[in-house]
Amino acid sequence: MPLNRSKLVEIVQNIPAFPQSVNQVIAMTSNAMCPPKKLVQVIERDPILTMKVLKLVNSAFFGLSKEVTSVQHSVVYVGLNTVKNVAISVAMSGVLPETNDAGLDMDAYWKDSLAVGVIAKMLAEQRKIPPNETADYFVAGLLHNIGKVLFAHYFPAEYKEVLGITEEKRIPLHKVEKKLLGLDHCQLGGLLAKEWQLPENLRGVIRHHHTMVKDYGDNKLLVAIIAASQLNHYINGSVGVLPQLPKQVEDYLGAPLIDVADSLENLEREVDKAQAFIDVN
Amino acid sequence: MKITMRGVRGSIPVPGPDTVVYGGNTTCHEIRTTSGHLIILDGGSGIRQLGNELLANLPVKCHIFITHTHWDHIQGLPFFIPLFIPGNTMDIYGSFDPVYMKDLRSILSQQMEYCYFPVRECELAATINYHNIREGQAVQVGSATVTPILTNHPVLNYGYKIEDSGKTFFFTGDYEPPVNIYDEEDEEYAGYQQLVDEQQQTLIDFVQGVDVMVADSQYTHEEYPAKTGWGHGTFETNIRLARLANIKEFYFTHHDPMRTDAQLDEIFSEIMSRDNLPDTVFHLAKEGTVIEL
Repeated sequence: MPLNRSKLVEIVQNIPAFPQSVNQVIAMTSNAMCPPKKLVQVIERDPILTMKVLKLVNSAFFGLSKEVTSVQHSVVYVGLNTVKNVAISVAMSGVLPETNDAGLDMDAYWKDSLAVGVIAKMLAEQRKIPPNETADYFVAGLLHNIGKVLFAHYFPAEYKEVLGITEEKRIPLHKVEKKLLGLDHCQLGGLLAKEWQLPENLRGVIRHHHTMVKDYGDNKLLVAIIAASQLNHYINGSVGVLPQLPKQVEDYLGAPLIDVADSLENLEREVDKAQAFIDVN
Repeated sequence: MKITMRGVRGSIPVPGPDTVVYGGNTTCHEIRTTSGHLIILDGGSGIRQLGNELLANLPVKCHIFITHTHWDHIQGLPFFIPLFIPGNTMDIYGSFDPVYMKDLRSILSQQMEYCYFPVRECELAATINYHNIREGQAVQVGSATVTPILTNHPVLNYGYKIEDSGKTFFFTGDYEPPVNIYDEEDEEYAGYQQLVDEQQQTLIDFVQGVDVMVADSQYTHEEYPAKTGWGHGTFETNIRLARLANIKEFYFTHHDPMRTDAQLDEIFSEIMSRDNLPDTVFHLAKEGTVIEL
């Protein structure tokens, strides 16, 4: 039962933002004394809101001469007030339901995305990536699985079956998606990323993080997110660990997963810290 | 080119005995290019008198560049008489408002709706062409090239650089240098500071060595903490900018509406008495000042 492509495209074109952060943004912006950094944090930690803000700021409407790649960057470039207003208008454009009937555990989804984002950021810091770029690694980790949420919200019955088979047979999720639905969450997320005109490297992460290609080209971010995701799978003992890591991912890690995992000090604490902002409960 | 300051006040026109020296009209600068074309930067209340003078030589053809559409930068437009006369041509340039999804024409038309003003935009008899321009998109006006750059303000604001026959002029519009939103002890502080510095450097590079710069200096350093985020610069932030960008001549403008002539003189003389000022020649912007370049 492959999904209808034109229906997918239509859905992707109308994706709204998530409610919790949206409510927080509205509450914060009605308080003139709210510190700007708090607002930036709330936006940064909501993948959909972040994507929409970046989409709008990078769109032809703004016509900026440089590409904006993070919420912080957009604040410096177009000003806090504009970002605030963008976030509100994005928020006002509609919201997704808070739950889904597909049985996708949103709590677990968030924890997983946060963990990959935090690991990606920590790895980037270890590898002396400049501090203004490490925020992009966190965002990319947070966003890379966005396609799953879209499936769960818009195709609950079909996705429920996918999740059931994945659980029962211990097969990687994206393979079951592909088999049953005709496309996987990378492809669906990729459609959305394209529709939203996200920065090229971020689009690559969403679209290709499960693609087994030998050469990831110049997309360092993609290599970094695959590495972070593999570490996360490894730490959780999940079926997602690849028998053989792509060469570039191996090089980026520079050591076996077990050793790199040991080098991530305070990972849990960092994830908890980030989680507080999303308030998954 | 020849620059005439028509309005140098910020926020609201303030006529009265305390503002006769520096002037009470809001932002407007008239620029005559070497080729004789007319460029107008902003349509604050200062544009009204300019319009009256232009009536002596009809038809009027001019290019109006709007830095942003806050009231004090557009409130004179409905009283710019050349707009009402057939045969005149106005080209109006500015930024599309991406937050409200409105183009320049919609914003200016709304300013002239019946509830605010007795004549509607569609009834203006002059030929008006609107141009939504992007950052960095250069516009050629006779011998001059006008290029916009985004400068930080609560709405999108363009600073405009005008280059004509080897001379350069830059007007910031409203501009508050971006500040670090994090505290020094926050881990994000350094990364954010790097972004701030890069953004500042982009502006410094853009205005490097200009002959005359006119910049928003609404507040003093002492007043600034209570006004942070309001979108305006200080005398001190501008002295720093003048130093880093090697500006030859610099005019402090967008005077606070509360500021009297006497207070402006006092602030200016205190600043000029400081040690270690850059080589720039500083002035207070004054309505009626004429600069020949």
